[in-house]
Amino acid sequence: MPTPAIIVEGLSKQYHIGARQNGRKTFREALTEAAAAPFRRLRAFGRSSHREEDTIWALKDVSFEVQPGEVVGIIGRNGAGKSTLLKILTRITEPTDGRAVLNGRVSSLLEVGTGFHLELTGRENIYLSGAVLGMKKREIDRKFDEIVDFSGVEKFIDTPVKRYSSGMTVRLGFAVAAHLEPEILLVDEVLAVGDAAFQRKCLGRMSTVATCGRTVLLVSHNMAAVDSLCRCCLLLDQGKLRASGDTGTVVSEYVSHLSVSDAEVDLAKHPGRAPGRQPIARRFRILDEAGRCVTCVNLGAPFAFEAELDSRILLPEVGLGILISSSTGQRVVTYHSRYQSAGSWALRGPATVLCRIPRCELIPGLYSIGISVTSGNDEVDRIEDFAVCEVAPRDLYGTGRIPGRQQGFYAPAAQWERGGPGIQA
Amino acid sequence: MAGTATDAATLEQVSKSTIAELLPGEGHQVVIQPSRGWIAINWRDIWRYRELLYFLTWRDLKIRYRQTVLGFLWAFIQPFLKMVVFSMVFGKLAKMDSEGFPYPIFLYAGLLPWQFFSDSLSRSSESVVLSAHLITKVYFPRLVIPLASTGAALVDFGVSFTILIGLMVYYRVLPTVATLAVLPLVPLTVLTALGVGIFLIALNVAYRDFRHTVPFLVQIWMFLTPVIYPVTIIPHRWQWLVSLNPMAGIVDAYRSAILGKPFAWGNLAISTAVAILLFFFGAVYFRRLERQFADIV
Repeated sequence: MPTPAIIVEGLSKQYHIGARQNGRKTFREALTEAAAAPFRRLRAFGRSSHREEDTIWALKDVSFEVQPGEVVGIIGRNGAGKSTLLKILTRITEPTDGRAVLNGRVSSLLEVGTGFHLELTGRENIYLSGAVLGMKKREIDRKFDEIVDFSGVEKFIDTPVKRYSSGMTVRLGFAVAAHLEPEILLVDEVLAVGDAAFQRKCLGRMSTVATCGRTVLLVSHNMAAVDSLCRCCLLLDQGKLRASGDTGTVVSEYVSHLSVSDAEVDLAKHPGRAPGRQPIARRFRILDEAGRCVTCVNLGAPFAFEAELDSRILLPEVGLGILISSSTGQRVVTYHSRYQSAGSWALRGPATVLCRIPRCELIPGLYSIGISVTSGNDEVDRIEDFAVCEVAPRDLYGTGRIPGRQQGFYAPAAQWERGGPGIQA
Repeated sequence: MAGTATDAATLEQVSKSTIAELLPGEGHQVVIQPSRGWIAINWRDIWRYRELLYFLTWRDLKIRYRQTVLGFLWAFIQPFLKMVVFSMVFGKLAKMDSEGFPYPIFLYAGLLPWQFFSDSLSRSSESVVLSAHLITKVYFPRLVIPLASTGAALVDFGVSFTILIGLMVYYRVLPTVATLAVLPLVPLTVLTALGVGIFLIALNVAYRDFRHTVPFLVQIWMFLTPVIYPVTIIPHRWQWLVSLNPMAGIVDAYRSAILGKPFAWGNLAISTAVAILLFFFGAVYFRRLERQFADIV
């Protein structure tokens, strides 16, 4: 039996939450505090005074092993601890408890274009990003032409990256990353960027990496990608390892645990809020025709989303997005006021926003809901997959046949007409 | 003051861990586990990341002179203009004593190490912001950040050194054996700049508004250092106090080396000791905070 490539034993990570979410304070605050309560402060330094309610376990007692050459997917809802696990294994942050051993040269890919600087040219950025990702200069020299080739930006290689389109930047970034030759590769959601053609190219590149005997740990929301790349999977839920094993089994376990959530969701202190976002969205409900709060909507029936927002400061040009994803993590539809509602509005203080959908046209099944609040071009709040709702089957077309998942996500209204002598009753 | 305990706890943070790495000979094995207490600087880890250090230094220099008409010439113009302006104001107008040497070269011999020191500090404090996206996305020894800032400042220091040679020729100041003392003085200056720099970076991470205090700090520090004035205007019995500022002893020693005036060995010894202590405590503080950089940046 060979030595496992990755051994993880009882890995845990505790974070502070509470009044100061980012855990950082200003020097002024520290000074006034120090002046006001020097003795209390001194005492507090000595002992560990973490009150339980101020901390959250982003990862709790996770253990697993990965054999060399295995490609393992890590799945789970937002806030399940996937990214924390990856951040610990890449040594970006350190565990509170537990132990992990990695046998082999490790490279991590947590974003595309790590280390890029906009002022520098494509050529310079290839070297910089390569060095940041752990390549030696000689190695970059050797692979330079190949990287440029893969990225498809030859013509602009001596242009500062700030003049690149976002697609070009992503392609260049991935090209550098794709030429890493680690024994263990840790990847986070990088496939979520780029256009479809480029995504296919990346997936292709990833599966070559996977087939040439490298160990890969892939965090993804995209079940299709996980399914096609990984033979086994780990399912994390609230920081704990809920299931592991064959991808098919784990994915169905994940899907079956997506249960319908409470009718009304309190978002004010939601743990799944994207980092650095303000709690603008406070409450969320789905209303049926009669205005009752529901978790299940009938196919073809009218319904509405209702969100309560609140902002202490004045937010100009506010937009509200409701993000609907399938149970396998693919975005199905986005309702967004910026695109669907004319006229801009500003927000200060509490408000209620209603989005009426005249007809539910989603194929019956479970869908997860996310919310995004924008102000101008900035996203000020975002929580993904905070609720799960169900679309109930109904004989929408009066044909006795109910459309199912094999037909896609969309059950549109349609009128069929026939004519010609060939039609037989 | 209900928050006091929590705030101190936030500063101390929960995660205390370190990375132990086995010898390269045993293949690449990384062991990740929490550990407590003081951690020494892992020089081997830094050596392994020397190319990254090179590229980050190179990036700092590139960005600084990118999109400027004169480009790298600024590295000459800045110290030169500073010397001219200071010589006019303090030499000609204020008639500052310069221990019998022409004021411009007397000034420049002190301005040279000072400029390196202050450059290194401002770069260090900026580098946290510049590198925040790296810290949260990829592992590398965090000490590479201040090392790169000091490295970039060191390149500029080398450039401004050529101006000094020009001044020596112009004022016919001949180099002596004592001039060789510059060789050990440069690493001492680097050590001092690095020691203070890593303190600044750690404080910048812990307190996000600390960055705004750095320009004042540098300004005040310059007036506390005998850059525009000779150290001899301070009464002899207070000289040890001035030497507690490591840059005071260092700046004066540069003058002795370059101009051939006698060394004030006592002052230099005090300054050296303080510089070493600063570096030591800076490194300890940095290593303590380093573990949570990614969590709080």
